[in-house]
Amino acid sequence: MAEHETEAGLHDDWRLGRFLRKGVLMDFLNGLIAFLNFVFVPGLAYGAQLALGALGVTLIYGILRFSNFAHGDTMAFGTAITILVTAVMQKAGIGLGVLPTALLALPFGIAATGLMLLATDRVVYRFYRKAKAAPVILVIVSMGVMFVMNGVVRFVIGVEDISFTDGARFVITAAQFKEMTGLDEGLAIRTTTAITVVTAAIAVALLFWFLNRTRTGKSMRAFSDNEDLALLSGINPERVVAVTWLIIAALATTAGVLYGLDKSFKAFTYFQLLLPIFASAIVGGLGSPLGAIAGGFVIAFSEVTVTYAWKKVLTYWLPDSLAPDGLVQLMSTDYKFAVSFAILIIVLLFRPTGLFKGQSV
Amino acid sequence: MTRNLRTPLLVAFVAALFLLEGLTDVAFFAGSWNSSLSILNMALISAIMALGVNLQWGFAGLFNIGVMGFVALGGLAAVLVSMPPTEGAWAAGGTGILLGLVLGGATIIAAVLVQMKLPSGRLRMAVTLAVLIAGFMIYRRVFDPAVVAIEAINPASSGNIGGLNLPVLLAWPVGGLLAAGAAWVIGKTALGLRSDYLAIATLGIAEIIIAVMKNEDWLARGVKNVIGVPRPAPFVPYEVNLQSDPAFLARVAEWGFNPVLASTIYVKLAYGVLFTLVLLILLWLAQKALSSPWGRMMRAIRDNEVAAEAMGKDVKNRHLQIFILGSAICGIAGAMMTTLDGQLTPGTYQPLRFTFLVWVMVIVGGSGNNFGAVLGAFLIWFLWNKVEPMGQWILEIVTAGLDDTSVLKAYLFDLVAHMRLLTMGVVLLLVLRFSPRGLLPER
Repeated sequence: MAEHETEAGLHDDWRLGRFLRKGVLMDFLNGLIAFLNFVFVPGLAYGAQLALGALGVTLIYGILRFSNFAHGDTMAFGTAITILVTAVMQKAGIGLGVLPTALLALPFGIAATGLMLLATDRVVYRFYRKAKAAPVILVIVSMGVMFVMNGVVRFVIGVEDISFTDGARFVITAAQFKEMTGLDEGLAIRTTTAITVVTAAIAVALLFWFLNRTRTGKSMRAFSDNEDLALLSGINPERVVAVTWLIIAALATTAGVLYGLDKSFKAFTYFQLLLPIFASAIVGGLGSPLGAIAGGFVIAFSEVTVTYAWKKVLTYWLPDSLAPDGLVQLMSTDYKFAVSFAILIIVLLFRPTGLFKGQSV
Repeated sequence: MTRNLRTPLLVAFVAALFLLEGLTDVAFFAGSWNSSLSILNMALISAIMALGVNLQWGFAGLFNIGVMGFVALGGLAAVLVSMPPTEGAWAAGGTGILLGLVLGGATIIAAVLVQMKLPSGRLRMAVTLAVLIAGFMIYRRVFDPAVVAIEAINPASSGNIGGLNLPVLLAWPVGGLLAAGAAWVIGKTALGLRSDYLAIATLGIAEIIIAVMKNEDWLARGVKNVIGVPRPAPFVPYEVNLQSDPAFLARVAEWGFNPVLASTIYVKLAYGVLFTLVLLILLWLAQKALSSPWGRMMRAIRDNEVAAEAMGKDVKNRHLQIFILGSAICGIAGAMMTTLDGQLTPGTYQPLRFTFLVWVMVIVGGSGNNFGAVLGAFLIWFLWNKVEPMGQWILEIVTAGLDDTSVLKAYLFDLVAHMRLLTMGVVLLLVLRFSPRGLLPER
């Protein structure tokens, strides 16, 4: 800690002149870096992963008109295939240098997931779509698909915790950062974090370009807005559905692989991601892609802020007389589900269609 | 098949499964009454859970996928009612805990009151936030030291507040009440929502209940588990006591049984009789409710909410009512399960097993039909336990020509271990597709 603490009276801290002196400014910067390192950067990566997952959920809701409970397991399936392909590539000596090999394997995972989803649609969902079944029946059907996919993932890769990241671990380590800036706090940026944010940005840009600029994308939006009108104008519903499943395969696999790279892969964790993902989609407004992204970041940042122990940051930022004695952790990390859920309820009570106006079936 | 024949045939089929499990060890059956009875006991409890879900979904069309949470609350009740109190825990932090909880509750009530009384606008938002933040800080100030004090008491074996040392049978209705209380809070906030939203809300609540039970060590030791929950005293004895009881030994010798085996079976039978009684009472009540004017009104609301409302039915309150009733039944089942296990292990509550599997039971059995839900519970729970042996049995036949050392055979037998979930999914999908109203459809 900086030297000013010992040399002056406590209440002097609040004087403007003192604030401008190096010690306090350094404290402010150190606190800022600690905040970025422990709250902002992890929240950004987690938010990007949630946003990609929520985009998938929201697209299914918008176009196929049901809440897909199998989405977490779809993510797990795509990730499992990607892990297998990654292992093969690593054995064959194919890699990306500093970047994880999994990025190279990702297209294979997407392709396999796409085929699997198309097959599921053909065997399971199409029947109910033709029969114009109530959305809640489709939700129960997706529960069945969830069980089956969960079983398939266990067949494919088992139930163990798998870490499959390789390449350089850090873009910049805490030690390097400290050396560069001369601050006491370091800002470490892991490769996986950087890749998560960049990949998610590219995926979202591609999706919006597709939905807004291409003919197929426009027909999808038309189908989502008004199914009957879209059918009247000669849009082929089966084609729209097939394209939707392919996009969902891409989004779900990418989200799953990014989450797995950042943390680790475990089939059960992916099933549990269902709650924050649905919370993101609903908070943003089910059926609204923009809302899904906003919702993902709202949920991620709330989870991180509420469960982070603020002692470190506050010790830098507050004058010593107010420095906290406890950890200043609002809730223990195990309650992060409670946070997603509380936000979900608040939004539902005050803005039932979500932050961005979503659809309601 | 005529409808009249269908029910007895299906019941006979399921009964035969349990009998064969006890009688013979051909095919995938174990040939052990111990195995058959332990599957049966859990099937009885699952049947009660299925009754609860059927009440909500089959009668009222409420999409509750938070069953796990209510079951866990029932288990918590078993611990809080029947365990002996921890020495000195109440003196150390009892008042702090109670005061903290009251303050927490008061904060929420105050915030709700502010929301209701003040006109909407910036001021209301600011006052609500101020009340919540101040309340939270005061609550933590009172609550945290009490928790620390209680958890410091002999943490290796207790470190929790303990229970009331009352008979465990009392915990079953208390479990129902606890679940009903939680259901009231959830219903008040979430029942107005659309079915998808209600589903996600209940899923979230269940996860939160489990998170609380895992982390609040002062309550029921969290993931350190509570073991040694007492048995229902005069009805279910302990095996050790039976084996040293001369009257029991004489009876067993008369019939020519092995005393150890006989004692384990006796205990399971005693549980079975108790559970069957509870199931029969609840089934009778549910049947009465279904055929009463109240039940007809529920189904009318389910089939056409707008029409029912136009006829002057209070849809929102009726939904709240049945949501609470169904959840209370799940709570009772949860307390019974913890009693049967003799331990509370929050780490083992998983939504696939305690929420979605119960849903499979209801859908497969026939939603809207109480007997269907019960039958579905017996059938699905038997399958859940026997899928692995079944898979192994089938593989033995299929791979009979293969060498025992072959890699393919080893791989296939590895896969069998993960068959459970896949089979449940396939069964659910097949029933939904080809017999969407279940094995015993609603009349």
